[in-house]
Amino acid sequence: MLAKGRVGKMHTDETHKNKKQSKQNPNPTPLGLHVHNARLAYSNSPIFENLSTEISAGKWTCILGPSGVGKSALLRMIVGLGPIDPATRIFSTDGTTLVKKISWMAQQDLLLPWLTVFKNVALGSHLRGVKPDKEKVLDLLNKVGMHKYCNDRPDILSGGQKQRVALARTLMEGRPIVLMDEPFSSVDAITRSRLQELAADLLTNQTVLLVTHDPLEALRLGHNIYVMSGKPAKLGQVMQPNDQIPRNPSNHSLQEMHSLILAQLKSAVIESN
Amino acid sequence: MSRTKPLIIFLGLILIWQLIVVLTNVAPFILPSPLSVLTSLLERIEELGRHALITTLEITIGLFSGTVIGVISALIMAHFKPARSWLLPVLVVSQAIPVFALAPVLVLWFGYGLLPKIVMATLIIYFPVTAALYDGLRRTETGWLELAKAMGASNFSILWKIRLPAAMPAFASGIRVATAVAPIGAVVGEWVGSSAGLGYYMLLMNARVQTDAMFAALFVLAIIAVFIYYLVDKVLKSCITWQTESNPSDKL
Repeated sequence: MLAKGRVGKMHTDETHKNKKQSKQNPNPTPLGLHVHNARLAYSNSPIFENLSTEISAGKWTCILGPSGVGKSALLRMIVGLGPIDPATRIFSTDGTTLVKKISWMAQQDLLLPWLTVFKNVALGSHLRGVKPDKEKVLDLLNKVGMHKYCNDRPDILSGGQKQRVALARTLMEGRPIVLMDEPFSSVDAITRSRLQELAADLLTNQTVLLVTHDPLEALRLGHNIYVMSGKPAKLGQVMQPNDQIPRNPSNHSLQEMHSLILAQLKSAVIESN
Repeated sequence: MSRTKPLIIFLGLILIWQLIVVLTNVAPFILPSPLSVLTSLLERIEELGRHALITTLEITIGLFSGTVIGVISALIMAHFKPARSWLLPVLVVSQAIPVFALAPVLVLWFGYGLLPKIVMATLIIYFPVTAALYDGLRRTETGWLELAKAMGASNFSILWKIRLPAAMPAFASGIRVATAVAPIGAVVGEWVGSSAGLGYYMLLMNARVQTDAMFAALFVLAIIAVFIYYLVDKVLKSCITWQTESNPSDKL
């Protein structure tokens, strides 16, 4: 019943989404970032070292890999959570600092149960002690189809709805670079595919780094796809499917890439065993 | 929540009490019958009311000051790392020394009035409140803290807007425990030295072998304790609406 309501809402939102497209993306020239010589070790066993990559501006970069390979750790290092080696350098493509340029979306929705949906979306401003832009909050809630729940607490929402709110909260930060750590892995397949479409739509032309263990998700959303494997982990050859995102992963053109990714992941798992 | 069940239990206990009195033929100055306690209660209602007011005042003020001091200590310990090593021993010592042992000293210092009892109640409340809140403040879900950090929140903002609200359910259980033990502080204080209050009255009646009056005072004390607990629980529940009760049958 709920799912039906959601579908209806998404269609109505489609019409005024295009109008506000310019307003939604405040950074006309998207910002990318470089990771240089990243290094991480847990109790003297290296997770990755000498790892360098570029996250292209205005593109979706997906990092795939078996669990425990260090993909989440790499993402968290870029966000600024957890320890960072002095030799590691992370900087933006235009040479400016990355402070206040990154927003982070985790695997769990991390909604605060004592705040309403509205206040959860406005959490960043609330924490920094500035007045939230109410219109923007409502606009984003509208875009993710959750404005109806504005004054409700998160505990009445389904998993997919919570992730929608979390997505709105991530977008509310208005940062040029968005890092996502398996944000859609905890919901069912249909909800996941809707969330992927929504995210792809709302983050068009923005720089996104998405960490995932799902090859289909990477094929749906990634402009640049890497497989991370080994110990210490390395990033494999970049794969660049060329259609618009979100793609239909059952396209014939993607089949070959899919088997390539699976082969890489399989060998990665065998390696780590 | 059923209200008849506690009532049935209560009446059942009274019945057992009456049965014991009838069956054992015990002397009334050892165990008076429920009826004589009730008569005594009604006869002395004014007197009892006056003493009950004093005890209630001691408990409430103690509860309030103990909670305030507890909250402040917990916040300081959670926010300033160096303060932890200084305050934690104080916290432990405050609990290691039995309040009963301190009572005579407190009466010596603060006299026979309200103050030593309030200090006693405060001392007894301080530990559960501080320990519960401090524990709650330390156990914030890491994901929330990381999210706040990624959003550029200051440490103080994280404490005030994430950790404190997140610790509220733990804090509430601390206050519940504190409310349950608060009357002990007040009554012990009254036993050691006072001229008013239910504890004082019970001692007085005990010395005069008016056991029925003593029981009447005990009964009033129990009513007050239960009432304060009920009130505090109500307030806490209305303040922390977001806490999901995992086991509804646990409700009191």
